[in-house]
Amino acid sequence: MKRLLPSPLLSLVLLLTWLLLNQSVEPAQLLLGALLAVVAPLLSRPLQPHGYARIRRPLALLRLLSQASVEVLRSCFNVTRIILFARSEGLNSQFVRIPLDMKSPHGLAMLAAIINLTPGTVWVEILPESNELALHVFDLHDAQWWVDTVKRQYEQPLIEIFGG
Amino acid sequence: MSAPELLPWWVGLPVSLLLVLGGIVALTGCLGLLRLPSFYQRIHGPAITITLGTGCILIASMLYFSALQSRPVIHELLITLFVLLTAPMVSMLLMRAAVYRDQRKRRLPGEAPETGEIYPLSARPADKRAP
Repeated sequence: MKRLLPSPLLSLVLLLTWLLLNQSVEPAQLLLGALLAVVAPLLSRPLQPHGYARIRRPLALLRLLSQASVEVLRSCFNVTRIILFARSEGLNSQFVRIPLDMKSPHGLAMLAAIINLTPGTVWVEILPESNELALHVFDLHDAQWWVDTVKRQYEQPLIEIFGG
Repeated sequence: MSAPELLPWWVGLPVSLLLVLGGIVALTGCLGLLRLPSFYQRIHGPAITITLGTGCILIASMLYFSALQSRPVIHELLITLFVLLTAPMVSMLLMRAAVYRDQRKRRLPGEAPETGEIYPLSARPADKRAP
């Protein structure tokens, strides 16, 4: 079972993707989708040098994603307000360093996706010597607030979910 | 396809509101691209188009076609999935390309980098320098 389905979640997502693409749940489409869900992860296994991610706490992942969605919405309104009403000379766009404890590549990838999807923040890179994250913030008021928020709101749950 | 006036008002209202909101947000994102002075600021404009703008329009599309065809039409979720998968990569690549370009430009005249900041060039608007 483990050899046939290295990542059950990925297989499930592939099956759902196939069904959504074809907009049907006929047996034939289910069969084709199941075939895709089994074969595609097996064939793409060599492309994943770190292996497939193992999610230890699915509930924590759901909670993190819902929190992140709220944060994305809030930032959307902030950025909209700044673009429409603020004077661009008053904008304090800055790079911020955030020291990270997490080393897991899957956790870092997830963190990068969340941060880049949040309007107003863009991930630059992980500084290799110190494992610090370089982050660009659209309108910076308080660098320490960003450090605390990223560490508490995102990094802690991600360490719980993917391991350090 | 049947005419939109066949839709009941309680579907039409949220659909139109979402479409207008999505349109305004997308326009705002483009406006940011137009008015913000430096590259590092302009990169934040389209992010709201990607998240809130696309989100509103896709939800409106799901509501509209579900009501029109009297069955759940949710394959717009796939568009959401693909946009959410690709957009972060694109902004990260653009950001890194810009940072490395600025770092190289800085290195050429032989200036020593200032300490204390990660990317000291970012403090100046990029457009002030010669292209």
